[in-house]
Amino acid sequence: MAGLELLSDQGYRVDGRRAGELRKIQARMGVFAQADGSAYIEQGNTKALAVVYGPHEASGRAGWGIVWPWELRGSRAERWLGDLRGNGRRASVYTADAQHRISLGVNIRGSRARALPDRALVNCQYSSATFSTGERKRRPHGDRKSCEMGLQLRQTFEAAILTQLHPRSQIDIYVQVLQADGGTYAACVNAATLAVLDAGIPMRDFVCACSAGFVDGTALADLSHVEEAAGGPQLALALLPASGQIALLEMDARLHEDHLERVLEAAAQAARDVHTLLDRVVRQHVREASILLGD
Amino acid sequence: MAMEMRLPVARKPLSERLGRDTKKHLVVPGDTITTDTGFMRGHGTYMGEEKLIASVAGSVERVNKLICVKALKTRYIGEVGDIVVGRITEVQQKRWKVETNSRLDSVLLLSSMNLPGGELRRRSAEDELAMRGFLQEGDLISAEVQAVFSDGAVSLHTRSLKYGKLGQGVLVQVSPSLVKRQKTHFHDLPCGASVILGNNGFIWIYPTPEHKEEEAGGFIANLEVISRLRNCIISLVTQRMMLYDTSILYCYEASLPHQIKDILKPEIMEEIVMETRQRLLEQEG
Repeated sequence: MAGLELLSDQGYRVDGRRAGELRKIQARMGVFAQADGSAYIEQGNTKALAVVYGPHEASGRAGWGIVWPWELRGSRAERWLGDLRGNGRRASVYTADAQHRISLGVNIRGSRARALPDRALVNCQYSSATFSTGERKRRPHGDRKSCEMGLQLRQTFEAAILTQLHPRSQIDIYVQVLQADGGTYAACVNAATLAVLDAGIPMRDFVCACSAGFVDGTALADLSHVEEAAGGPQLALALLPASGQIALLEMDARLHEDHLERVLEAAAQAARDVHTLLDRVVRQHVREASILLGD
Repeated sequence: MAMEMRLPVARKPLSERLGRDTKKHLVVPGDTITTDTGFMRGHGTYMGEEKLIASVAGSVERVNKLICVKALKTRYIGEVGDIVVGRITEVQQKRWKVETNSRLDSVLLLSSMNLPGGELRRRSAEDELAMRGFLQEGDLISAEVQAVFSDGAVSLHTRSLKYGKLGQGVLVQVSPSLVKRQKTHFHDLPCGASVILGNNGFIWIYPTPEHKEEEAGGFIANLEVISRLRNCIISLVTQRMMLYDTSILYCYEASLPHQIKDILKPEIMEEIVMETRQRLLEQEG
């Protein structure tokens, strides 16, 4: 796009934000009653949903653990189940519905070889809905990008969850992106943090993530899709705010090392701002539940 | 044909309407609970840099020198003597694996089960081969916790006539923290249904058997009572009320003026549970 200014002379970005400003964040915990933990987050126009099951018996779940309701097209789900049963693996299908929502999951019990004797196994699956991007996506999960994201989420949460407390069990984290407008990794991490907290799984600290970029000598925080597509360097940072430790830092572009510190600092400051917001959401949720339960 | 349309509207959270606040100390992970090193750390906390830090989101509970953080929602943690309702997931060599909403699957040993006929004898190889005849994958059982292993797995037993395989009925899965601990968990409600409140959050609703000696067969006659009870339990759970026989009964009575399918609508749910709350308060005070 010719003439698209990512950063104007007055210091405003395409959507009117300042360089270090975050998009509007809204989050909710406990959206699915049948999961152990669930959360929904909106970061600007990026919307992500996270669901956590666990800790439960390590059952060798395969990569595709969950079929989301909007992916259900009768014949496709049936064909898929037919494949699994044909492979000789026992598959059980469970449906549960609460508050008029239906969720269908496929639990594949295979070998117990994946269970770790001294800590819990963290299994993450990332999936983006076919309607999440401008052009309709054909494969919601199972493609390379989703696998890589799943792996990154797993690394992030293995660093934060106190897995030593739950030997031989498994924690499943499923994240679904409903609308992708930049910063999908960050939104997934933030949603998953809230979902893990909702499930009551002990964590060292919150994990707050944000993306950052570099344009015209200024570091930008929380990139939108337009800014990401412009092709500049992008960095994704997941941080444990209380101690300042980094859970995951990812960048696959070229950036001069002189600028790295500034971009990192912008991302870290944005992650700390996200932490303030998520902290408020969790406290509100806990307070409300505590009032309802009574003393 | 009548159609119903509902529009989404922002509702005030129920806690505001209750008009009270909590006196508990609420924490989120990463919060420092105390810097005093004299305290012993319990569940939900960990030691980091000379400080006691919370690891779950919940309320702090202090008993003398022990500090622990009670999370809002956890998986079932077994204690000896609890009644649980579980589903058989696997038939292994001399035991069954039972899913009880806990961290690890529970174990029901063949020797902990009553043989038909009530004989007390050593379990032989024929018994092992006939295991699938007693309990298969997918069956529901009620049992009592016999022991807890060091890694948290629970060992069950059904060595009493009141435990065993469950017949026709409805299962409701709730969070274990919402089931109140009582002397007995088997209740016969006056409305014609009976309920088993498993400590692990699995609640089993079944029709009260008319005569105890009669063979239970055929299908459930009073389906309406059971569906209404099920919806009442779900509405109590959504509003985070503790589940015990009195609260379920009061909720059932409060829901009688409404149709069964209307009970799950948010505003009717709130109304019914408010009424239940008031009745319980009057009864106590």
